[in-house]
Amino acid sequence: MTEMGNERFNHAVRLGDDALILGQRLSEWCGHAPMLEIDLSLANIGLDLIGQATHFLGAAAEAEGKGRDADALAFRRDVLDFHNCLLVEQPNGDFAQTIARQVLFSNWHELLLREVSDASDAQLSAIAQKGVKEVAYHVRFANEWTVRLGDGSEESRVRMIAGLDWMWRFVDELFDPKDGAPSLRPEWDARIAKVLSEAGLEQPKPRRGVKGGRNGHHSEHLGHLLSEMQFLQRAYPDARW
Amino acid sequence: MVAAAKSVSLKDRVFEILSHVPDPEIPCISVVDLGIVRDVTDDTVLITPTYTGCPATLAIEADIRTALDRAGLKTIKLATILSPPWTTDWISEEGHRKLYAYGIAPPTRSVAQCPRCGSAHTEEISRFGSTPCKSLHRCLECREPFDRFKCH
Repeated sequence: MTEMGNERFNHAVRLGDDALILGQRLSEWCGHAPMLEIDLSLANIGLDLIGQATHFLGAAAEAEGKGRDADALAFRRDVLDFHNCLLVEQPNGDFAQTIARQVLFSNWHELLLREVSDASDAQLSAIAQKGVKEVAYHVRFANEWTVRLGDGSEESRVRMIAGLDWMWRFVDELFDPKDGAPSLRPEWDARIAKVLSEAGLEQPKPRRGVKGGRNGHHSEHLGHLLSEMQFLQRAYPDARW
Repeated sequence: MVAAAKSVSLKDRVFEILSHVPDPEIPCISVVDLGIVRDVTDDTVLITPTYTGCPATLAIEADIRTALDRAGLKTIKLATILSPPWTTDWISEEGHRKLYAYGIAPPTRSVAQCPRCGSAHTEEISRFGSTPCKSLHRCLECREPFDRFKCH
């Protein structure tokens, strides 16, 4: 690959991996969510993300030019070759922990896809323009549920606080100066502050950020997720039905 | 001039053929009514997906291919374009009427109108519905739940 092609591959793979891994995580809720409407919502959000991942990984495979396609990238790579942020691979936990992950991610995702929409790469821009319309729904869903849980019962409030505490250490990676999007931080901070204030919640205490996902250094959770997601293609390569 | 006239007629022909290809999830409406078929160039039909993760996308492509083949247009190619992104503004007036008659409130900027009794006294139950393109509503007059095509 040329250096330009390599950079494009890395960029598209990050966008694709974030969407793919969170899409897979959300699909775990299918049939288990607290209410039918939430089941539908989480499944739909997961579906949007997997759709976006298919396009981004397809673009990455094209940039790479080695004959792989989106499926090969999704199902035939191992943990060290995934470049998603650590936030998206975190376990679902209870519903509040899932919503905590979603509110932090979707608000960042919308800002990021807007930036990609405006960038010069026509192919990635086209995917991002479609994606940003879908992510606007994810943001509304996650913001509303953060407020509902934070400002709900004593139990839901305690759980929402615990969920945010779990996820907060993975926020810095999203804005890493080297391979993140530091310019998006002020607007993201303002958005999250607004939602938390409506929910009557405090911002979690600052803690040392955990990073490494962009370089393939993942938490133990990703391997377990891949073992389920990739099982069929590993056991029966190129299976058709 | 001759070439221009020929390509216009091919475009008209393709749109006519595809106006009989139903959406697999919402069969009352055609892929043309939905705004999925964007354009026809000399040798290619340009289509665009609705939602990126819509599971019907592959079925729609296959149905379009079959309809073109049956009409003797085997050499015409299919290509997917993403930009500009699909919007419900591209659903035709005819499409709006067909959706409403089928029991799905069409995507309008105003409040959803109940497809059963016509009342505008309705509320949203869930912003995500049975397919990516629909939300779930309830009529506060006749009390029936109904789907609405989301403005997108």
